[in-house]
Amino acid sequence: MSNDAHIVVRDLTMAYGSFLIQKDLSFTVNRSDIFIIMGGSGCGKSTLLKVMIGLKSPSTGDVCYDGKAFWSAGESEQEATKRKFGTLFQSGALWSSMTLAENIGLALKQYTDLGDAEIREVAAYKLMLVGLAGFEDYYPNEISGGMKKRAGLARAMALDPEILFFDEPSAGLDPISAKLLDDLIIELRESLGTTVVIVTHELASIFAIGNNSVFLDPVTKTQLATGDPKKLRDHHENYVVRNFLLRGEAEEKAA
Amino acid sequence: MTAATLTFDDLPEGILAIEMSGDWLLGSSLPAAESLLARIGATPGPQSISFSTDSLGDWDTGLVKVLIAIQRAAEARGIELDQSGLPDGAQRLVALAFAVEEREGARRIIKRKGIFEQVGTATLAALDDLKKLLTFTGELMLSVGRYARGKATYLRSDVLQYCQEAGVEALPIVSLISFLIGMIFAFVGVMQLNMFGAGIFTANLVAVAMVREMAAIMTAIMMAGRTGAAYAAQIGTMKVNEEVDALTTLGMNPIDFLVTPRIIALVIMMPLLTMYSSLMGILGGMAVGLSMLDVTLVQYVQQTIDAVGLNALFGGLFKSVVYGSLVALAGCQQGMACGNSALAVGQSTTKAVVMGIVLIVVSAAVLTVIYINLGI
Repeated sequence: MSNDAHIVVRDLTMAYGSFLIQKDLSFTVNRSDIFIIMGGSGCGKSTLLKVMIGLKSPSTGDVCYDGKAFWSAGESEQEATKRKFGTLFQSGALWSSMTLAENIGLALKQYTDLGDAEIREVAAYKLMLVGLAGFEDYYPNEISGGMKKRAGLARAMALDPEILFFDEPSAGLDPISAKLLDDLIIELRESLGTTVVIVTHELASIFAIGNNSVFLDPVTKTQLATGDPKKLRDHHENYVVRNFLLRGEAEEKAA
Repeated sequence: MTAATLTFDDLPEGILAIEMSGDWLLGSSLPAAESLLARIGATPGPQSISFSTDSLGDWDTGLVKVLIAIQRAAEARGIELDQSGLPDGAQRLVALAFAVEEREGARRIIKRKGIFEQVGTATLAALDDLKKLLTFTGELMLSVGRYARGKATYLRSDVLQYCQEAGVEALPIVSLISFLIGMIFAFVGVMQLNMFGAGIFTANLVAVAMVREMAAIMTAIMMAGRTGAAYAAQIGTMKVNEEVDALTTLGMNPIDFLVTPRIIALVIMMPLLTMYSSLMGILGGMAVGLSMLDVTLVQYVQQTIDAVGLNALFGGLFKSVVYGSLVALAGCQQGMACGNSALAVGQSTTKAVVMGIVLIVVSAAVLTVIYINLGI
């Protein structure tokens, strides 16, 4: 697994109007990392994700993919970069007017020359990967919440993206389904070398799958730490970071 | 990028050696696997299959898709598959794809319906819709009863809010449309009636038409498009978000809390809007009449006052109450019957408007017949 920088966030400041969310964020996501964006509720994790996938522009700073700045690039370059992303939204965000196969096939239809039969074959394969074999002709409102999430993942993977973004993947899932989803994420990283960026505050999955992270603090409105979450938990000098990662049971001592 | 190739060869001891090379990327021209799959399915079949991928370049879904087809074909014949020659990642992906067995009975068989079946289904659905509407009307009556006895749970501020939305905020559009309708009537009246020197009767035409029929019906149609649709979308979205269920679990009747206040609001606001619409229509007619006819303001106003009796006014207002309750009923019923997806909200909204307008027109016809027989 190569260890070069895939995504570099530089001096990023995000705000809604004059309301500051986070300032001075700088961190690096290496290729094939499973990178965790963590922090307490309302600290701007999801906003950071929106900036990274190109839905919300930052106030200052930029996000670089493979060394190319995203926000200062032109629209066509942005579109090309975005095609390398796959995003799983919090509740799946499947299009309710389409079957699962059509949901997955839409991007393939748009961006490849594949015929209808081939698209269906690819969609069937993606559904097999997430354990939903045979569900091609179901509409999103006919399947359960956990299945919607997995179908959302299948859609995110439709174009074999280089980077997968997850917004709270285990929210609303039972522990076993959450574990299976974690295993699936690791499996995809291992077999495809995909870079994975995950917004979450589920400690179990942070330690189970994350090998790099950034910790956002809602009080100081900036990042407090970045690096392997296990090392941060055991050795980081900041009490707030350790306390978060130990579920509020850290002892107040200098590490 | 080098072109993808797929070759296979029968080795001794029944081994089928498959060689894959080049870049196997989705969207590039990939070699067809049909002849290979036919070989696997042929008799005598191979004992085992091995892969060699030494000169394989980049690969993605394009490769795994073919591997899955090969594995399926091999499994069907009970042929051993030696995947050790494949890239590590591809082996894992194939394993992952077959990790969860297809759930029994999950797959759907889509069959085409014949014309008779389609007509039959549509008829049953229409009857079912009618039954639902009647059931809903019944529930609404019970709810109105609870309101009358003061036993309903609702927020008084909600009713005022709905009155504001359905009434005051509709004034601009009602003004515009009614004024223009009045002008159009006056144009027609002036042209036709002037031919036999009865131009002044334009005032009668405009006033009677607006007060008796047009004000109520035009306002009702505007309300169907504006408020009925909004009701269906609001309640429908609340259903999708399980907000309606949340009310039920708190022991509140969703009809009392969501539906009846909206219907009350529209039933109160419709006659007021209709009166306002009549006034605007008469003003529109007057603008045309005064500029095109040789009459004074006083003459025109006097002619209008003489033309419209109290019966016509109350007849029109009664109609507006009927239309208003039907529009609100259609909107709320469709909202409560909404399915649980974004698409369903759109369908409910469309249905609410269509149903509202159909109900308006049908009840207008019925009421007109009744009025004629009563001599109003």
